[in-house]
Amino acid sequence: MINNTDAVKLIDSKRTDSVIVPTMNANNVGFGLPSVTSNQDLDLPLSGAMGKASNLGLGIALAQPDRKVMVLDGDGSLLMNLGAMVTSANKAPTNFYHFLFNNKVYAVTGGQPIPGSECQDWEGMAKAAGYAAVFSYDNLEDFTTGIDEALAASGPVFIHLSIEPQIENTPVQFRQRSPRTVKMAFDEVPAALGVGSD
Amino acid sequence: MTTYDSVLHPPAIIAELKKNNITHVVWLPDSETNFMYQLLNDEDSLDLVPVCREGETMAIAAGLWVGGKKPVVLIQNTGIFESGDSIRGLGLDINQPLVMLIGYRGWTRRGPTPDSAARYIEPILHTWGINCYLIETDDDADRISIACEEAERTQKPVGVLVGTEFGV
Ligand SMILES: Cc1ncc(C[n+]2csc(CCOP(=O)(O)OP(=O)(O)O)c2C)c(N)n1
Repeated sequence: MINNTDAVKLIDSKRTDSVIVPTMNANNVGFGLPSVTSNQDLDLPLSGAMGKASNLGLGIALAQPDRKVMVLDGDGSLLMNLGAMVTSANKAPTNFYHFLFNNKVYAVTGGQPIPGSECQDWEGMAKAAGYAAVFSYDNLEDFTTGIDEALAASGPVFIHLSIEPQIENTPVQFRQRSPRTVKMAFDEVPAALGVGSD
Repeated sequence: MTTYDSVLHPPAIIAELKKNNITHVVWLPDSETNFMYQLLNDEDSLDLVPVCREGETMAIAAGLWVGGKKPVVLIQNTGIFESGDSIRGLGLDINQPLVMLIGYRGWTRRGPTPDSAARYIEPILHTWGINCYLIETDDDADRISIACEEAERTQKPVGVLVGTEFGV
């Protein structure tokens, strides 16, 4: 299994001018993308609307076809909106990279098990949904060796990652929150892309 | 009496979308807007983004908007009921100036409607503070322009309820 921070660090190191849409643990202030990001202005975290990260990323990918968009999704989140895989594959943006952080639990809410987590075949689902290419990594060494090939493939690409569950048991009201609000992110990203926000 | 001339024709809606420089129509079909599909497909200036479930539409629209495009959403009122968390999190909370064209299933001017999809849609939109306009005939189509202007000015979603539709 891959450590959550190692995964976001590796993805961030390969981003160049990509927009990254992280959600759930991939967006954790202490050990997710915000803790390692090299280009915060192009990070568009999804914290409301669970399950919609890949839809948000798809919209950006369609609007900005010359720039890569990387979605860092949660398994519970994607299960809530599985049809989104078909929606993305159908529109088939070549610049769309969908990473699934599969930790087999709802980590943010305390680590409850995800329905069917022991028998899901995410690679099979992504292939069946019609992604142009599908990759899967269950250790950091292979992911480090393989990520360049995955990001060189023409999208839509699905990259399944086996992630160590990192569970927050701090009561919600005491958790560290990002000083960069969702609203700030939605204001900063268009500016960083050089487009008006209205 | 409803005559052919007093109903809504899809070209009137398409013309409004073009007039307002709409770039993308994010949609899931319904009977009320059925005839628009072919026209939308044939219209080069409008890119159609089909979804599997309506809650996806506001999120895709949010991404398009952040990326500098001007999308609208086209779904049935039943789809609005499916989309609550998206409208909240990726419509209202981020101040997305999104026009939502909503097929008004069950709408009638002939007294009470038996269809709860029609009965609940306006109260639900109003609960969110989302203003809406009704279009039933070609003469009403310019309310799409009013909605586009209002969405930009208020930086929030605005609904356009499509009451009827007739063939091309
Ligand atoms: C519609 C909706 N239902 C439930 C929740 C509560 N919730 C917040 S985070 C979360 C778990 C997310 O799980 P996953 O996507 O697997 O990411 P992880 O926490 O494991 O990183 C849940 C269920 C929510 N925010 N929205």
